[in-house]
Amino acid sequence: MSGLAKRIIPCLDVDAGRVVKGVKFVDIRDAGDPVEVARRYDAEGADEITFLDITASHEQRDTTLHTVENIASEVFIPLTVGGGVRTLEDIRALLRAGADKVGINSAAVKKPEFVKHAADKFGSQCIVVAIDAKQVSTDDGAARWEIFTHGGREPTGIDAVAWAKQMADYGAGEILLTSMDRDGTKNGFDLVLTRAVCSEVCIPVIASGGVGNLQHLVDGVLEGGADAVLAASIFHFAEYSIQDAKNYMAERGVEVR
Amino acid sequence: MSDFRNRIAVLDYGMGNLHSAAKALEHVALDSHVVVTSDPMEVDRADRVVFPGVGAIRDCMAEIRRAGFDQAVARAIKEKPVLAICVGMQALVTSSEENDGVACLDLLPGKVRYFGSDLRDQDGERLKVPHMGWNRVHQTIDHPLWHGIEQGTRFYFVHSYYVDVDDQSLVAGRCEYGQSFAAALAEGNLFAVQFHPEKSHTAGLRLLSNFIQWDGSL
Repeated sequence: MSGLAKRIIPCLDVDAGRVVKGVKFVDIRDAGDPVEVARRYDAEGADEITFLDITASHEQRDTTLHTVENIASEVFIPLTVGGGVRTLEDIRALLRAGADKVGINSAAVKKPEFVKHAADKFGSQCIVVAIDAKQVSTDDGAARWEIFTHGGREPTGIDAVAWAKQMADYGAGEILLTSMDRDGTKNGFDLVLTRAVCSEVCIPVIASGGVGNLQHLVDGVLEGGADAVLAASIFHFAEYSIQDAKNYMAERGVEVR
Repeated sequence: MSDFRNRIAVLDYGMGNLHSAAKALEHVALDSHVVVTSDPMEVDRADRVVFPGVGAIRDCMAEIRRAGFDQAVARAIKEKPVLAICVGMQALVTSSEENDGVACLDLLPGKVRYFGSDLRDQDGERLKVPHMGWNRVHQTIDHPLWHGIEQGTRFYFVHSYYVDVDDQSLVAGRCEYGQSFAAALAEGNLFAVQFHPEKSHTAGLRLLSNFIQWDGSL
């Protein structure tokens, strides 16, 4: 035990300034307000918050920045913002708005050096590389995962494990690893993928995609080897509070805050 | 003379996100005035000073010197409460191993060292670097900035380098990550932390609030 707590990170999927998951399930008044949701997670003991901007149009960036600013004025835990980050200027604007870390996904696939420049400019501590990986079949039957972009529609031919390693070498401070096979299934993390990436890179890895119950969070840490676990729907739908998750994990030997 | 009883200067030398420190201070500083500034004169004028820092030390030191904050910080720690955070803390010592060796402000004799690429815990488990997340801080001295904060409280860290001061009696708090390192230093008017109080929820806000009320004595 290093003393360092495993982190539980609720994720807000935000479209044009509104949280898109959970709208039907939470009190209507505050349903889709990311600031309200972030405040609730903060009060429940979240270790960080990830804000994923899924706004399709680039013109609505200002809404995103404004929302980030509002969250950062009230929530005093680390805030990661990802989605549509393409330029150093995008990163600067998000950091100025109050993000502590910025998630880079497609822009890194398009131009890996972007991660290097971003880490040089702003420091590795604020550069999170988000990886969307999908298992692909191989002739020898060994598990292999490939990077996909555009919400899992576009294959890139890039091996996910090698990519994670390259991104760490390029100065990423952290990897947000999402299994596209598991995302939305509630069947748990892809533990083999998580284990493969975690044992290959020396930077922290956040497991993501597939959490349907609290045991999945425990498995992500104990079996997958993840440093942090990310979930959206189980917290949005108020099936469990962050504190429920922490109690459950602590009872099973995971060090939590 | 300032119109405000408590004027807090947050040093802005163009590196990354210094705004979260300002936002957290504003949150706890009811009758205080928080000024994010790139002007060393503001540091001289302020009642207290927050010296944050993120990013690579070489760039930080270059920007600190270019902004004229090196002299301003040296003056400030002699006469008013100063809180240094993360790379701000690292900038205070003699030199850093980062970026193939960088000369720092040398206000406290000591070195900034790398955690190493093969850091392990007592059980031999490999530890990730950067040290990122919530870890326990063991308060080694009684200090006004620790008031109301329980022994062993977790704070948020994100760093790959740590401060090793020559005079270990300056250490105000320790943290374990593969080894024991200085999570906080205290000397006179100066309090320095390796963690991020502005991102450490209730305990972090309490520390900032303690700083705002601190007169610089023990």
